[in-house]
Amino acid sequence: MADPRSKHDSAHAAHPISDLRAPLVTEDRTLHKITEEICAPMERSAGGLWWAGLLLAVSALLLGVVCVTHQIRTGIGTWGLNKTVGWAFDITNFVFWVGIGHAGTLISAILFLFRQKWRTSINRAAEAMTLFAVMCAALFPVIHMGRPWLGFWMFPYPNFRGSLWVNFRSPLLWDVFAISTYFTVSAVFWFIGLIPDFATVRDRATGIRKRIFTILSFGWTGSSRTWSRYESVYGLLAGLATPLVVSVHTIVSMDFATSLVPGWHATVFPPYFVAGAVFSGFAMVLTLMIVARKVLKIEHLITTRHLENMTKIILVTGGIVGLAYGTELFIAWYSGNLYERFAFRNRAFGPYAWAYWTMVTCNVGLPQLFWFKKVRTTPALIFALSIVINIGMWFERFVIIVTSIHRDFLPSSWAMYRPTFIEIGTFIGTFGLFFTCFLLFAKLLPAVSIGEVKAVNSFAKKHPVSHESPVHHGGEAPESDPAPAESEVIA
Amino acid sequence: MSQRFFVAWFDEEHALVSATAAAREQGLSIHDVYTPFAVHGIDEAMGIKRSRLPWICFTGGVLGLSFGAFMQYYASVTSWALNVGGKPFNSAPAFLPVAFEMTVLAAALLSVLALLIRARLYPRVAAPQGLLSRVTDDRFALCLVVADERWNEARARAVCATHGAIDVTYEEIAS
Repeated sequence: MADPRSKHDSAHAAHPISDLRAPLVTEDRTLHKITEEICAPMERSAGGLWWAGLLLAVSALLLGVVCVTHQIRTGIGTWGLNKTVGWAFDITNFVFWVGIGHAGTLISAILFLFRQKWRTSINRAAEAMTLFAVMCAALFPVIHMGRPWLGFWMFPYPNFRGSLWVNFRSPLLWDVFAISTYFTVSAVFWFIGLIPDFATVRDRATGIRKRIFTILSFGWTGSSRTWSRYESVYGLLAGLATPLVVSVHTIVSMDFATSLVPGWHATVFPPYFVAGAVFSGFAMVLTLMIVARKVLKIEHLITTRHLENMTKIILVTGGIVGLAYGTELFIAWYSGNLYERFAFRNRAFGPYAWAYWTMVTCNVGLPQLFWFKKVRTTPALIFALSIVINIGMWFERFVIIVTSIHRDFLPSSWAMYRPTFIEIGTFIGTFGLFFTCFLLFAKLLPAVSIGEVKAVNSFAKKHPVSHESPVHHGGEAPESDPAPAESEVIA
Repeated sequence: MSQRFFVAWFDEEHALVSATAAAREQGLSIHDVYTPFAVHGIDEAMGIKRSRLPWICFTGGVLGLSFGAFMQYYASVTSWALNVGGKPFNSAPAFLPVAFEMTVLAAALLSVLALLIRARLYPRVAAPQGLLSRVTDDRFALCLVVADERWNEARARAVCATHGAIDVTYEEIAS
């Protein structure tokens, strides 16, 4: 079967129809080549770099297991919490990880609804990141309970104590529902997205892998009737996941905002937290993608343009976060509330001032470098800045939580907090869990959506003129071009 | 049960869409079109009606919302009314977040379940019978029904020739 496209491909495909619309994946590829390239990391034996990464990740995970085991055997006293600072590392890490998860849903659902086709190369890995991040996040409230085996008490179920129900007026309970719904819907969304790719892998694989992927692919045949329904449900899930992701971090912010603690009791919290979540999440996506595209050798699929688009989202959400910091300071002064004013003076100049200024530098200062095109298109610089933002956003949660409660209304109850080895070890352990899962995912499953990349392969490239299709007869004007992809707006 | 179909093979989606539309215009019955990705415009070319799955999703949402609202009202007002900080037993605004989450959860799970049932997708040990080769990789297959009165081989071959099919075969496909 000769490929009638090949002669046209070499002549046209590298040239975009319009300068405004650059191709989404660079270098011209046949559909088969895309399959080959995305499946290649799954089919070849893992490189030394992957094993080294996995070893490091599993070691960190083991450290976490040891720390959590010790904490559960001994009690919450192994943490540095005291009567004043009842939330610190645990809830900081919880909010940090939930926030990271949000970028995955933003990429997979919100950018899908906005028809941002550049998302196709990164959505699969970003969704995986969401799942693993939410797993890490959920760990903290569970182990903070002290008796995690009674975790099911958080759910309302008929029982022999009354029935005695959970308190539906508590934001902490809303969190239980929000996080569990978020995890479930994200997992389903991710799996549904994987089914067609599982079928692609099934049809290439042999032996035990073929058997596994036959089961996982649910009997997918590539039928257009199925595709049609599939696309319909995919769109619905994207539509549901969008308000869901906003609701999750809104509810997380209400854990703080519905209290009376100065520094927490603020109506700006929901949008502030959601923007912060997207900001930190995109930083984490960039951290992972810049490494993954290099290791998996898929720089033409995850191009510099993808990275640049993400840095632009970081600039916007980082701007919102900066504005929120300013708003908090302004309201603290403008409200005339002594406690509120003190809380913010204490944040900026108190004993945890170093944490506050780390946060400001990392989240508001350094990301401004993304205004320069040179920075936005240099992967090494983006990588460095993405790490800076991850650190900054972790400190943001630490600052909000610890500096607000360590000095509250009554000076006699003021206290300081410092994390113990167990808390730090647990935090490192969650990184171990996250990277172990991510490395296994990148090795065992298609890390880039094969079907979706194929669908955008011809985007903004000239189509062959050999067929009697109504598309392209030379001298095309971009506006009147009837090629399907043309109706889509891209960033 | 499998059946014999006339299969026109393509290696490019635009040719496939125009051939599918032409085959339908020629009065040939289209069994199905197999593609490696969701091809834009194939639904219209095949004459597939809009899926009714959004209604299932809506139903799921309504059920989830009702259940979420009822559960909270029952637990907080009827079953064991507990005075929490002097707030009213039926603190409706505080019940919104959980009701919302239940809405999303039920709508999402019910739509996916409906998709899996309707498209007969479920874990199976053996790959589906008569799976066409390379349609999950780089081939597009237009399958026309042979066993009906609208079948006309000459017309089908003409459509394939005009629209750039790279091959034409007969295949047994599970129907």
